[in-house]
Amino acid sequence: MEVVAARCAGMDHDTDRVAVVAASMTQFGERDGWIRDLLAEAGQACLADTDATADEVDHLYVSNMASGEFEGQTGVPNALAHDLGAVPAYTARIDQTSSSGGAGIYAAWQSVASGASDCTLLVGGEKMTHRSTAEATDVIASLTHPAEYRHGVTLPSFAGLTARAYLDSYDAPRESLGEVAVKNHANGVDNPNAQFREAVDLETVLESPIVADPLRLYDFCPITDGSAALLFVPESLAASYADEYAVVSGVAGATDTHVVHERPDPTTMGAVRDSGRAAFEMADREPADVDVAELHDMFTILELLQFEDLGFAEKGEGWRAAADGRTARDGEIPINTSGGLKSKGHPLGASGVAQAVEVYEQVTGEAGPRQVDANVGLACNVGGFGNCVTTTLLEVAG
Amino acid sequence: MSDTPTFAAAEYADGTVGYPPHPVNDDGAERVGTVDLSEHTAQVVTWTESTATPPGVREPNTLAIVEFQIDSESVRAVGQTTDDVEIGQTVTPVYVEQLRDPEAGIREPASQDWDGFRFQPVE
Repeated sequence: MEVVAARCAGMDHDTDRVAVVAASMTQFGERDGWIRDLLAEAGQACLADTDATADEVDHLYVSNMASGEFEGQTGVPNALAHDLGAVPAYTARIDQTSSSGGAGIYAAWQSVASGASDCTLLVGGEKMTHRSTAEATDVIASLTHPAEYRHGVTLPSFAGLTARAYLDSYDAPRESLGEVAVKNHANGVDNPNAQFREAVDLETVLESPIVADPLRLYDFCPITDGSAALLFVPESLAASYADEYAVVSGVAGATDTHVVHERPDPTTMGAVRDSGRAAFEMADREPADVDVAELHDMFTILELLQFEDLGFAEKGEGWRAAADGRTARDGEIPINTSGGLKSKGHPLGASGVAQAVEVYEQVTGEAGPRQVDANVGLACNVGGFGNCVTTTLLEVAG
Repeated sequence: MSDTPTFAAAEYADGTVGYPPHPVNDDGAERVGTVDLSEHTAQVVTWTESTATPPGVREPNTLAIVEFQIDSESVRAVGQTTDDVEIGQTVTPVYVEQLRDPEAGIREPASQDWDGFRFQPVE
């Protein structure tokens, strides 16, 4: 009862920051369960991670892009509240396509920072693998403008268009994209929840079937089922949940044009740049302060673009990072230690949450064989083809 | 009145041209007119050949982002190509009555148009 009383103390808005005190993710891959099962599995595991109970949850957010389109199941936040025993918590679904998870982090942070909630559970999830690749691709492509959709433009084709422009503009070798896949698959070997846990060599990547020329199969993330969760509380209450926790030192979102070809430079992701700058400003940090980062490598080219547009490299120079080992687990700035979307998998609404789960585990020293020396971590979650982006900085505390 | 299909881009009050048309451009200037891009050639900015296409889309599907120069204004468009293309190549728009099968995909067929222009290389 003393613990519960302490947890009811509320937030001191003058000094409090927002803390993350628990994290979880399910096995990613081809799962038997449906969206409700996956969300409940991650939600229960997250609460159990810190011995919290469902009746402590004031706000419950579900990051999900398309449970209605994929499965015919809508209303998932209410369903999850009931399944977890969290009724009468306030619930909402956060849909920002592939960046629903990052947008959920922003919403969860707002709920606690504003004082509206003293305990917010965020659960992201998607069930996709029961659909064919063509059907799943079409569900995701439904975010495009009619002028794009009628030509059969898909997210993979945007990646092919952008990769060709990048390689041509900056005289980068095709192999530099393959090195991203090799690195992230190597990292995924040590992630027990990753969809793929097999290393691949550069030759395998470069000889895999073409999907969107010049990009090949191993330049793309898989279609995935899975869920991930985070628990947010005021920092003044964090010690009652966990000895060591992380604080959200920076979080910001931004959008770019809906129509991708209307951007001034096809190799620059404006929303990554803008959300990154705002998150760094909020945290009073700069790229050099970041010890580990999870970038949204739905396609290998996206890791390079985010690496540049977040300020980790000059424009046109990011391709050198994976090739020279800078972004390897033992490199200067480890990128996608979880295996990234490439290896870990990409259950749309879960991915942004799972990125932050990896950063949380890294800065709190819970990453096991993937552990790097990290006090400050960053997660960049991208929706559409850079249409919507949320960047989050987590720092160890406690 | 002509029945010839138009490749309609928007002309905005500040003199810029954009495709597809929006009520206002990125700087908030209102749309004041239409420019028919089918009367112009363009240069290929980038291209891809997609081999994993969604339901109702041809396979493979070669796509390009092209750039038109309308007086001093440049305007880009994305679309299917009729043949293989290269960066920098000149193309001309060619009208097609149906670019993909409206009944095969997730989008409501009545919600949008399905005709449009492919880009054909100019010899």
